[in-house]
Amino acid sequence: MVYARLVLMRLFKAVIVLFLIVIFNFLLIQMAPGDPAAILAGEAGAADQEFLDQLRERFGLDQPMYVQLWRYVSGIAMLDFGYSYRLGVPVFDLIMDRLPATLLLTGTAFVLSLVLGIVAGSMAAARVKKPSGSLIMALALVFYATPLFWVALMSVVVFSVYLGWLPAYGLYTVGAGHTGFALVLDVAKHLVLPATTLALFFMAIYTRMTRTSMLDAAQQDYVKTARAKGLKPGTIQRRHVLRNALLPIITLAGLQAGQMVGGAILTETVFAWPGIGRLMFEALQQRDYNLLLGIFFFSAALVIVFNIITDVVYRLADPRIKGAS
Amino acid sequence: MSFFARFAQNRGALVGLVILLLMIAMAVLAPVLFPESPWRMVQRPFLPPFSQEGFLLGTDTMGRNVAAGLMHGAWVSLLIGLVSTCVALLIGVPLGAIAGYYGGLVDDALMRFTEFFQTIPNFALAIVLVAIMQPSVTSIVLAIAIVSWPPVARLVRAEFMSLRNREYVEAARLVGQSNSTIILRQILPNTLSPIIVLASLMVATAILLESALSFLGLGDPNVMSWGYMIGAARTVIRQAWWLSFFPGLAILLTVLALNLVGEGLDDALNPKLSRER
Repeated sequence: MVYARLVLMRLFKAVIVLFLIVIFNFLLIQMAPGDPAAILAGEAGAADQEFLDQLRERFGLDQPMYVQLWRYVSGIAMLDFGYSYRLGVPVFDLIMDRLPATLLLTGTAFVLSLVLGIVAGSMAAARVKKPSGSLIMALALVFYATPLFWVALMSVVVFSVYLGWLPAYGLYTVGAGHTGFALVLDVAKHLVLPATTLALFFMAIYTRMTRTSMLDAAQQDYVKTARAKGLKPGTIQRRHVLRNALLPIITLAGLQAGQMVGGAILTETVFAWPGIGRLMFEALQQRDYNLLLGIFFFSAALVIVFNIITDVVYRLADPRIKGAS
Repeated sequence: MSFFARFAQNRGALVGLVILLLMIAMAVLAPVLFPESPWRMVQRPFLPPFSQEGFLLGTDTMGRNVAAGLMHGAWVSLLIGLVSTCVALLIGVPLGAIAGYYGGLVDDALMRFTEFFQTIPNFALAIVLVAIMQPSVTSIVLAIAIVSWPPVARLVRAEFMSLRNREYVEAARLVGQSNSTIILRQILPNTLSPIIVLASLMVATAILLESALSFLGLGDPNVMSWGYMIGAARTVIRQAWWLSFFPGLAILLTVLALNLVGEGLDDALNPKLSRER
């Protein structure tokens, strides 16, 4: 029951945060340059007053400010994010259409970076003051400092253009008509480069964190006890040190969710991955502000959901923490 | 041991310092070595690197000199990294100091505010802000500062909380010093070392953020930047790898150097806490 209460409280907090973001979004739309109706009309090639008024009425732009704010807020409460000014399609439909691809990409990258980071970090912790341990940490620092979009482009050059091993663009081979297992394999092939490049940066973070956390845990009394009992060093590392060292990493993983969204925008842009990150890039290029802000709201909501999940996992993993703080 | 001796004990930090000085030299020498605008078309487009005298790194899709762009871009990256970090400190330090010093309701309110900004995905917020304010050096600096001040506020708050009940603060209070004097003259100077270390790492993150923004086409249209160069070359990556390779390498080296210098500063300023390595 503790968990149910915790989740409820976190959901309540999440609703407040999201409400604030909605108001923030509305203010930004008002600040956006130009009259959306004029932009729309200019795009359509006609700019006579009658047509502009028609557009204003259709999108509710002729209403007073507080009516617009009320319509915007109550609309979002019912999952109505308005229309994309350029595409004439509801923003919510566009986002829902692209969401699965983003979840696939970020989910894969998250698991990949966590597993590789924890493995590399524990290897580095076991090799403190040895060249091999320093090498792992040096590599982690380089990955940490590398711009994500640049790794993405360079991996296209090496693995797709030069070696020809992996496809560089899209979610699947268009026109190949794969079904069933062949389609899964095709998507998996397309996933390799985007997921790996997105994972590298986070892997670097988890590697550093795991190492520090394991070195801390190794100083604890229960580790000395285990050693005194005559347990094998490998067993101590796995069962006593690593298990306890993993706790702060769960917290960190929750905090990284926002970064992951940012990384997805860049990776999806390079690999033409049809997710909401690529959609954001397209909205940006077309100055489609309503779509842009809809995606912004949605990415914040995704991060909040992920934070709640990690919070619950943390409490499940560490029974010492009880109640909601 | 002197400050520099402790700093120099960390060999990585020395390497970082050398790279950083090289980048600064590039930025300063850019107008001398390449007095022409880096936007000018000077040769035929798509000239490969190391193929022609005077165009060491080749030319881009419009026949602009890549080497010139690289050097002028150093100026923009370093400047935006530095200025946006200063602005972030101007927001984060006062908020953290007030929250940590006064505690109670003020602290609660300010920390909720900070948490709100920490929940919003960083990069997405920066994109939205620059897109709405229109891309310019000012809007980019503001956007980066707005997304990067929360860690500063948290750090300064924690430092103030641990220092506010020390004897020397109590003494200052007994002498009748005002709260603002105690905050500025007594506590703040004692929190400078961790702030300096954090700031050096923030400059690195700011440079990465700026390059990512200009990569997406949100750079100031009047200044040449590394991120813009990579973004403009994105669609021709198959024909001309060098257009993205060199600017990306420059970003990588600068960010790496700042991280190494940050670690060195940490060792030099907090000798007691020096991590085992």
